[in-house]
Amino acid sequence: MSTKKFMYLNRKAPYGTVYALESLEVVLIAAAFEQDVSLVFIDDGVYQIVDGQNTDGIGMKNFSKAYHALGDYDINQLYVSAESLTERGLSVDDLMPLVYEDEDDDWAEKPSIKVVSNVEISKIMSEQDVCLSF
Amino acid sequence: MADILGAEVDEEGFLVNLGDWTKEIAEEMAKGDNIELTEEHWDVINFLRDYFDEYQIAPAVRVLTKAIGKQFGKEKGNSKYLYALFPYGPGKQGCRFAGLPKPTGCI
Repeated sequence: MSTKKFMYLNRKAPYGTVYALESLEVVLIAAAFEQDVSLVFIDDGVYQIVDGQNTDGIGMKNFSKAYHALGDYDINQLYVSAESLTERGLSVDDLMPLVYEDEDDDWAEKPSIKVVSNVEISKIMSEQDVCLSF
Repeated sequence: MADILGAEVDEEGFLVNLGDWTKEIAEEMAKGDNIELTEEHWDVINFLRDYFDEYQIAPAVRVLTKAIGKQFGKEKGNSKYLYALFPYGPGKQGCRFAGLPKPTGCI
């Protein structure tokens, strides 16, 4: 089976709509097909991977822990828009420390998150076979 | 609605309320599938429960296989070993015994 480049764009806040959770589920399901998968967090989507989420007050399931599993699924290209972070007064330190274990480097833990400019995101986007926007 | 030792289960035999789980329920489910749970089964069941507790999802078989191999030794980190323990699939049957929902992406 040939490998295609899949990019999942996450644009919406984690709660209030079902987009973020649905995107994560699709990503985890699609991971079984061992494609080249990357995720983008842009606009309010950056809130999906903010550390220390607490959903007690809104009566919704806090699914943010599941992002930590992405590394186990060999999904380790997580691009975060620098502009979207700045516009919201956030920095990379406010995000969950998402990591993966590099099989080719004696299972060393490495960060999955890369903060990049929107110009870089559109360049990476142009290299994809499939882009799915949530 | 069907139940196992008083705990409600769905049409596929998965627990409806994850908090209802007990070891006795796992053993009863296994008995229904003609399996007697051994230490090797419990290693996998406990691993699944810990994984769910940490990540809020049930791992895909590929992820489970890799992780079991890492934790319990290479000879156990393969689907032959896991399917011998759980003939209906380590993900599906293992998660059912562990009281977890059906794994995401499991058909």
